Amino acid sequence: MDIPYTVAVRRDTGLNNGKIGIWLFLASEVMLFGALFASYILIRTGSPSWPRGDTVLDYRLATFNTIVLITSSVTMVMAWASLMRRRFGTFRMYMAATVLLGGVFLVVKYFEYSHHLHLGEYPSHSNFFAIYYTLTGLHMLHVLGGMVVNAYFWGPGAKLYETNPVWFTNRVEHSGLFWHFVDLVWIFLFPTLYLL
Amino acid sequence: MSEQAVAAPKHEHHEHHEELGFWRKYVFSTDHKVIGIQYAVTGLLFLLFGFSLMMLMRWQLAYPGVALPLIGNLFGEARMPGGTMLPEFYNELGAMHGTIMVFLGVVPLAVGGFGNFVLPLQIGAPDMAFPKINMASYWCLFLGGCTMLGSFFVPGGAAQSGWTSYAPLSVIAGSGQTWWLVGMIFLITSSLLGAVNFLTTTIQLRAKGLTFMRFPFFVWAQFVTSFLLLLAFPPLEAAGVMQLMDRVAGTSFFLPSGLVVSGQVLANAGGGNAVLWQHLFWFLAHPEVYVLILPAFGIVAEIIANNTRKPLWGYRSMVYALIFLGFMSFIVWAHHMFMTGMGTTMAAFFQTTTMIISIPSVVILTALVVSLWGGSIRFNTPMLFAVSFLPMFGIGGLTGLPLGLNISDIPLHDTYYVIAHFHYVVAPGTIFALFAGIYYWYPKATGRRMNETLGKIHWIGSLVCMNVVFMPMFIVGLAGVSRRLFDAGSAYDFAQGTMHWNAVSSWGAWTMGLFQLPFIFNFFYSIWNGQKADDNVWQATTIEWSAPSPPPHGNFATAPQAYRGPYEYSVPGSDKDFTPQFEA
Repeated sequence: MDIPYTVAVRRDTGLNNGKIGIWLFLASEVMLFGALFASYILIRTGSPSWPRGDTVLDYRLATFNTIVLITSSVTMVMAWASLMRRRFGTFRMYMAATVLLGGVFLVVKYFEYSHHLHLGEYPSHSNFFAIYYTLTGLHMLHVLGGMVVNAYFWGPGAKLYETNPVWFTNRVEHSGLFWHFVDLVWIFLFPTLYLL
Repeated sequence: MSEQAVAAPKHEHHEHHEELGFWRKYVFSTDHKVIGIQYAVTGLLFLLFGFSLMMLMRWQLAYPGVALPLIGNLFGEARMPGGTMLPEFYNELGAMHGTIMVFLGVVPLAVGGFGNFVLPLQIGAPDMAFPKINMASYWCLFLGGCTMLGSFFVPGGAAQSGWTSYAPLSVIAGSGQTWWLVGMIFLITSSLLGAVNFLTTTIQLRAKGLTFMRFPFFVWAQFVTSFLLLLAFPPLEAAGVMQLMDRVAGTSFFLPSGLVVSGQVLANAGGGNAVLWQHLFWFLAHPEVYVLILPAFGIVAEIIANNTRKPLWGYRSMVYALIFLGFMSFIVWAHHMFMTGMGTTMAAFFQTTTMIISIPSVVILTALVVSLWGGSIRFNTPMLFAVSFLPMFGIGGLTGLPLGLNISDIPLHDTYYVIAHFHYVVAPGTIFALFAGIYYWYPKATGRRMNETLGKIHWIGSLVCMNVVFMPMFIVGLAGVSRRLFDAGSAYDFAQGTMHWNAVSSWGAWTMGLFQLPFIFNFFYSIWNGQKADDNVWQATTIEWSAPSPPPHGNFATAPQAYRGPYEYSVPGSDKDFTPQFEA
């Protein structure tokens, strides 16, 4: 017996296996970042002084990065939409753009980190920098993970399109759900760390 | 990352499975039954290892400062000079006993082992929804286990800050603690992957006609357990990352300002919050308690229905109680923390939710007890273990009530009373249910039954010894002896009257070790020499018994279908006393 509903949708749930799987996974991710945000609130409210984000961090770089990530979410949707219309060439273009924009985000982050490290603002400097490095570092790992998966679908993983385009489209959709989640986390991180 | 959602490979066609070589078939297998057995064997080995650590500690507690005869010299001068245990080694044993029993013993066996093997068969599925992720989940557990075992050999030894790893002690502890954190991250990843897989499998791969209210109770138990794992583990992962940052990058998440260690003020930035670790830890670890007990409920319910030859009494109320229990388990965690000086409002909230959560547990236990009423009970080994679960878990549950109330918790906190309470829940409770499950599903996994006489010796020995071990601890605890004392309190006057009870507990533990030998022998001997079992050896009604024993790759020759509820035993007018779910 083959495993049912890997591609087809089960009628009474209206979903395929992969889509349930990715949403459950995202639920656990919400709890992961939720716990870190909760810790941030507790440590900040319990501390006698706490710097306002824009006095220590460069909010202009972060604004640029916000725009980069939101754009990459748009190109991710376009990549999936191209597959839905069976236009493989445009899919590849949009998927490449998504991965590259992720790369731009990481490069900007690299300059930001090296600037702070150069000033001697290590994680051990204060709890502000401790939570800054922990939250943005964990988020960065998620960006990297999403980029690896997307690059796989742009490259070797795309072979599936020839044999089973529906399944391949589903995979790209699920990877997109994860990518949007990573984007959403940043949209919470940006004001919390850089502005408040 | 999103790999797990997308890596749903097309299963190898049934006719291809003979081609798999040894490694793909038995080691790096994607078959849920092989993975289930891998999990179960790993879990059993770690249970034995964790129990051995405890048997060493019991010597020190029974005879503090006396050199351990025969094997005392094997542990080296750094741990047991002249065979006498050092406090550091005692702490190492204690921390690793807890960690190993919970995260590497009971959870892998109850959830990974039974969940993987039984759940897809019970819902009539050919495999798990994501077989490769299932394999990855087992190997994450394996790496986590290796990390934990390896930590015994790093300088300074394994973690010594208790299985709870309370900060700031754990942050300033030796390098074994870093290994503990890395190991925990592997174990958490394993559980998260498993939980996603179990939930998707249960929702999507149910056989035709198997609606949620036709699920065997075991499936419901695993379903709620997976939700707890999915949502409660990530906060501990976050806490683990923060503690790792504290230890490796020198941050101060859990270190307050001006902390003095060995007469010196720590040179850290400070401003952290030690109680934050406790909140994040117990936010996982209280649901974790239910992760330990719910699969046990599920196993016991299956075996009781089967051996009373009656439907479960109050199946629906049991299911609703289970769901309510799962929900409530997320809002009781701070009852572990009454001693942290929380305000009365907070304490009142958490003691109220704690009293409320005892209600669904009592509903389930009562339904199981009432299910026995008027049945023609078959007392085989699985049933003996399952029936003993009921009073043992009952003792564990009832003695928990004084700990859930703020005012009575304060004198009892961190005494042997707590140890006795939660071991009654987990040891003669959950572990008895796990033994019951092994004897019950062994014929499905191997095609042969385990020996009944050896099984009954194992049962009576374990039952008596469990009580000899843990009942005295209530007395020691009520006398006020702290569980953290490496000499069992022999340095204190008030503890002198309890010292002989420690020896009783210890001799109980060592005797119990001997009574596990018939089980170990039986487990291996019966693989080749057990009495042959047919497909439905217990005349049971649930779908797993329609598959061949042992089930082939892909489980069922044709897709099974569910025609009725799970426990149609002794239906009036039927020619036999069971009417299987899978028969039209």
